[in-house]
Amino acid sequence: MKDEKHTMTMLVDNQPGVLSRVSGLFSGKGFNIESLCTAPTMDPRVSRITIVTKANPPLIEQIEKQLRKLINVIKLRDMTGPKAVKREMALICVQAKPEHRAEILRIVDIFRCKVIDVGLEHYIIEVTGDEGKLTALINLLRPMGIKKIARSGTLALYREPK
Amino acid sequence: MKLTGAQIMMEVLKEEGVETIFGFPGGVVIDLFDELAKTDIRRVLVRHEQGAVHAADGYARASGKTGVCLVTSGPGATNTVTGIATAYMDSIPLVVFTGQVPTQLIGNDAFQEVDIVGITRPCTKHNYLVQSTESFARIIKEAFYLARSGRPGPVLIDVPKDVTKEIFDYTPIKEVRLKSYNPTYNPNMKQLRKAVDLIKESERPVIFAGGGIILSGAAAELTEFARKTQIPVTTSLMGLGAFPGTDPLSLGMIGMHGTYRANMSTGACDLIVSIGVRFDDRVTGKTDVFASQAKIVHIDIDPTSIRKNIPVTIPIVGDCKTSLSLLNELIDQAGLGDIAGKRKKWFAQIEEWKSTKPLAYKQEDTIKPQFVVEKLYELTKGEAIITTEVGQNQMWAAQYYQFDRPNHFITSGGLGTMGFGLPAAIGAQIACPDKLVIDIAGDGSIQMNIQEMATAVQCCLPVKVAILNNAYLGMVRQWQELFYDKRYVCTDIDCAPDFVKLAEAFGAVGLRATKPQEVEEVIKEGLSIAQPVIMDFKVDREESVYPMVPAGAPITEMLLT
Repeated sequence: MKDEKHTMTMLVDNQPGVLSRVSGLFSGKGFNIESLCTAPTMDPRVSRITIVTKANPPLIEQIEKQLRKLINVIKLRDMTGPKAVKREMALICVQAKPEHRAEILRIVDIFRCKVIDVGLEHYIIEVTGDEGKLTALINLLRPMGIKKIARSGTLALYREPK
Repeated sequence: MKLTGAQIMMEVLKEEGVETIFGFPGGVVIDLFDELAKTDIRRVLVRHEQGAVHAADGYARASGKTGVCLVTSGPGATNTVTGIATAYMDSIPLVVFTGQVPTQLIGNDAFQEVDIVGITRPCTKHNYLVQSTESFARIIKEAFYLARSGRPGPVLIDVPKDVTKEIFDYTPIKEVRLKSYNPTYNPNMKQLRKAVDLIKESERPVIFAGGGIILSGAAAELTEFARKTQIPVTTSLMGLGAFPGTDPLSLGMIGMHGTYRANMSTGACDLIVSIGVRFDDRVTGKTDVFASQAKIVHIDIDPTSIRKNIPVTIPIVGDCKTSLSLLNELIDQAGLGDIAGKRKKWFAQIEEWKSTKPLAYKQEDTIKPQFVVEKLYELTKGEAIITTEVGQNQMWAAQYYQFDRPNHFITSGGLGTMGFGLPAAIGAQIACPDKLVIDIAGDGSIQMNIQEMATAVQCCLPVKVAILNNAYLGMVRQWQELFYDKRYVCTDIDCAPDFVKLAEAFGAVGLRATKPQEVEEVIKEGLSIAQPVIMDFKVDREESVYPMVPAGAPITEMLLT
């Protein structure tokens, strides 16, 4: 069976040690974590954790069940597919030699991202989008020389009924 | 009511009906022990914290109640880890209180400080660090609720010293509710009906029952179900006693050291009704060929047990007892007609497997360990509570002692913890003072928690230890014999204490048998003494446990001698 990428979002009790229960479950059971985001929600007692994982379908089922079994996990939803919007943010520090500056700014424009720091030899670009957009941008910038990248990991929200 | 944290803890323990606490004191829990002495709760002082947890575990398994421990911080806490992991693997309800350094010192590497909540996160059902006296009562309530509900398990509460000393206005908490925790007790009726249809159609069915039956108190329902549907029953190691071992429908234990007929039936059957099991690797052998012709119905209260190792035709999440009662009703309504007639060929096949390849050993001049277990069975009329250590002793106990009732076989099934049997026997004896409790031990395992003999002597607990003494770490030796060309590396433990003298040194009674003719006499004498007794049986050194399925092989490919 082929591995599939799944985005899972859970509401958890906002208490010390809860993130470690979730991440410990993944490491202890040998599940894979591609990315993980967490922050409090509107309710300060509740946090939202979003995890992107890669596994075959039976293992995905097992991961979901194991997460639901954690006492501090209040609600869990698989956000994979078009029913949820997913965004990731990245900060990309790219080499900006004079001969490349115009080209970089054109790419920034096409991808609707922002230059948030400028130096003699570099730009830092802020970009938000789905994984495909980020990958495409990175591929275009790579020839100029990417110095550093910081990516946030995926966030997801279910779409409300229209 | 203005009470200190320690007093609040005692109030909640009383509300929870706690009668016994197994523990070992230390600096940060002196207050708790001091308050404990003012209650009617029985305090059992062990000699090592691991023993406290195993004893609470044995107490829980024998009584069906929640076992409770109280130990100190740091080393006291870390010593409980093996016991907690043992209970976690076998789903035993425990509440373990560990002391902790005062809250303002946490994280400072204070004396006897350890992050026990961090350490036990993966081997507890849930755990807590109590951060204020205000939350203490609620946490204890939640812990007991979590430990015994759903799929039971150990819960740890880490209690900083200042929490026990601070005063708080206490009002009893009536009800515990956790918004994120709602075990499914009632099974889906549609799924149950589908299961009944499969049972009706099946010509070669098998019931596979596990520890879940015992935990949910469903042994009577299971027996009714099996007899009504005329389906033979095999059990896992944890399920021994869930169905009467002497019943004609019993196939005995399945798995690596299961009976020939149980494993062959599983290989040939067209339906497995599995209840309260988790398809452990010691049961399934090679999973892709396990029960390859069978449809599988799987009933368990824990959704993660279902489809974890084995694909399942009809998954049913629910309590074993509730599900079996409902199944019995549905079967009565549906009517099965001449079900016995339909299964005739199947029973003839099973009978052939049974009669051609029964459990057997060769009687020789030396004492055979199997013979000792058989004699124990005979002389206790099968009524004793048997605890075991881990290894060959455990397998022989499982094979040659027949269990007709639940809660009478107490063994570390999942984790396989050597040193479990003696402290577990102590706990079981406290839970059932009128029962005969025997630890069937090996000479290796018994040395892992032998210090608890002092606990048994101090508490006047007449537990019996039957050591099947082959002066080897026998199970590993057996693997070395079969798969490592008889290279017995680090398994010869001939340099051992004289167990008779050792028993006497503890203030217990020691007996020894070196010849087969002495076995019966030693057992009779040992059982007649109302004190802790160690019976040292010098058995055949190189006897092995058969049948055996090599690790990773299909369970139908068994080594028989």
